[in-house]
Amino acid sequence: MATDLKNDVDVGDYQFGFHDPTDEYVFKSRKGIDAEIVRQISQMKKEPKWMLDFRLKSLEIFFQKPIPTWGGELSDLDFQDIYYYVKASEREEQNWDDVPDDIRKTYDRLGIPEAEKKYLAGVKAQYESEVVYGSLQEDLAKQGVIFTDTDSGLRDHEDLLKEYFGTIIPPSDNKFAALNSAVWSGGSFVYVPPGVHIEFPLQAYFRINSENMGQFERTLVIVDEGASAHYVEGCTAPTYSSESLHSAVVEIVVKRNGRFRYTTIQNWSNNVYNLVTKRAMAYGDSVMEWVDGNLGSKLTMKYPAIYLMEPGARGETLSIAFAGDSQHQDAGSKMVHCAPHTSSRVVSKSISKDGGRSSYRGLVKVNPGATDCKSNVVCDALMLDESSRSDTYPYIEIEEDDVAIEHEASVSKIGEEQLFYLMSRGLSETEASSMIVTGFIEPLVKELPMEYAVELNRLIELQMEGSVG
Amino acid sequence: MTSLLSIENLHVAVDGKPILQGVNLKISQGEVHALMGPNGCGKSTLAYSIAGHPKYDITEGTVKIDGIELLDLDPNERARLGLFLAFQYPVTIPGVKVADFLRHAVSNVRNPNRKEGEPLMSMKDFRQELRQQMQKLDMESEFARRYLNDGFSGGEKKRMEILQLAMLKPKFAMLDETHSGLDSDAVKVVGEGLKRLSGPEMGVLIITHHERLLEFNPPNFTHVMLAGRIVEIGDASLAQELHANGYATIRQRYPEAAAEEEPENVVTTTS
Repeated sequence: MATDLKNDVDVGDYQFGFHDPTDEYVFKSRKGIDAEIVRQISQMKKEPKWMLDFRLKSLEIFFQKPIPTWGGELSDLDFQDIYYYVKASEREEQNWDDVPDDIRKTYDRLGIPEAEKKYLAGVKAQYESEVVYGSLQEDLAKQGVIFTDTDSGLRDHEDLLKEYFGTIIPPSDNKFAALNSAVWSGGSFVYVPPGVHIEFPLQAYFRINSENMGQFERTLVIVDEGASAHYVEGCTAPTYSSESLHSAVVEIVVKRNGRFRYTTIQNWSNNVYNLVTKRAMAYGDSVMEWVDGNLGSKLTMKYPAIYLMEPGARGETLSIAFAGDSQHQDAGSKMVHCAPHTSSRVVSKSISKDGGRSSYRGLVKVNPGATDCKSNVVCDALMLDESSRSDTYPYIEIEEDDVAIEHEASVSKIGEEQLFYLMSRGLSETEASSMIVTGFIEPLVKELPMEYAVELNRLIELQMEGSVG
Repeated sequence: MTSLLSIENLHVAVDGKPILQGVNLKISQGEVHALMGPNGCGKSTLAYSIAGHPKYDITEGTVKIDGIELLDLDPNERARLGLFLAFQYPVTIPGVKVADFLRHAVSNVRNPNRKEGEPLMSMKDFRQELRQQMQKLDMESEFARRYLNDGFSGGEKKRMEILQLAMLKPKFAMLDETHSGLDSDAVKVVGEGLKRLSGPEMGVLIITHHERLLEFNPPNFTHVMLAGRIVEIGDASLAQELHANGYATIRQRYPEAAAEEEPENVVTTTS
């Protein structure tokens, strides 16, 4: 029965009474980060000791690691001025009147339903969609699929989670992975059993639990042998957050003959540092794809990685970045060929306007012994005006002879000739520019689920308005 | 009422260099005008200036449709007044589908007051009309889903321009077919297409050296341009004479203009 299933999955919040403001476990951490905060978080969640130890060890690593000096400008980031854990139900709800005007207007123009608007704007902590969720969940559960938030995953599927958690991205990987490992909360836990094909995209957006939109979510996906799935997170509409740091970790395992696509569209408000570590391990003859769209945030640093672990594995990243006024999108992908006969492809499209900066930063690495590998990287950047900026930082490390690596990069400005051609057919300058930009990212947009594609195109039209002429 | 496109004393410079030096030309709806002249004389410059390409500085003169000054308007506003330029080299717009582009263009041109974000022409009517026009041009329906001019052959690009002409139904169409390198398929597409579409509702300015283009569309008037001025106006027989004899006799008749001509190899006007 749907209700039982719902309880299975979502029981966490209710069981521990976090939803009830009078409950004794009501909790909001103070600002800043130290061992005490980390212990409190773990205690609140009633976690097993190994997870607490993992968090504390990660915290030490976080303190030891210096802040990166490459990529974006991080010197304004004050780690002690951030709340690291606020229970979703206790999260300070924004007053609708405090939500910036431009964000509210965009919601209206995208035609987003009232309830959803408030959720996106942080006015309402939860987006209720039990009906949608319940029936899908039932269908999935019959097939042995686990699709839940990671906190529940830890409670209900501890052994499975423990086997993989932190193995793909260890806390020592980088400072922000260490931070997430210390204070993580929420995120999705997905397990697809062998041979199971999930036809519809799993959407974090439609999950009851609101913590998928949290600051330090932790996602773990295991696609077992011969299984396939598509997971979609985030949303194209602007996501307003009063917190300035979003630092997620996403770990993926795709086993032999499996197939998995992970689609992200982030549109954080322009005060957010979005520093995310995403990595997948792809085993024999499997296919792993990242579709990664970055529209919002002040600074995004995100380079979804695929480790091609066994022969026949294939990895692909499609990346879109849109950098507007005072935004820096430092995005790209890493492909690491650890086995022979593996192939990878990266297609990156970036757009900068109104002084925005977009950078492609990517790595193609071929380990010794990984013969007969193919990799193809294509980066196209489009600049809409003179004050914007685009950079490409391709890193290529090849330790094998028998490989085929291609890298192409192009930077173009919206051409006067293209604009004139379209305008001579009656299109206004804004319509023409917006059409050129939409066309530029079309190869990626057509990979998105329909509703995302439509909304993304509409959003780009809105962003283009007023940017020219 | 018959509309009139009227160009008076038009002076145009590119990068500070004068190209057109006082062009006068009047085209009424229903008339076919041929514009001829040696390479670099300013024929294409005239067409692009009328259409509003930002590269061309208008230093003097007026261009009006029924008394409305075009030179103050953006290219899209000129298009909405009924002006069309078929490009010699149509521009590629990757990722933009022919049908999407055309639906926007048609919506704006037929509803000149349409603002951004206002409804487009109904999809049903648009599709039906597009399908009909494409059939007349022997275009497969798959064409509508291709990206605008992306990977098109020379002939396909010409078909695309003529398709736009057919859908936009301008009052005044300028066709820049300056380049002599047109293959026979392209000449046929443009020649036949224009013949089918022109009529009492359309004034045509065709810029070409091509005999066959003009055979399909015998001009009511032939204008000869030399060094940025129209030096002679005749009928279809003038075009034939120029085809037969080239511009030597014209230069003899107008030695002052001929003296101002740039050596061909340093002339850099657009196609």
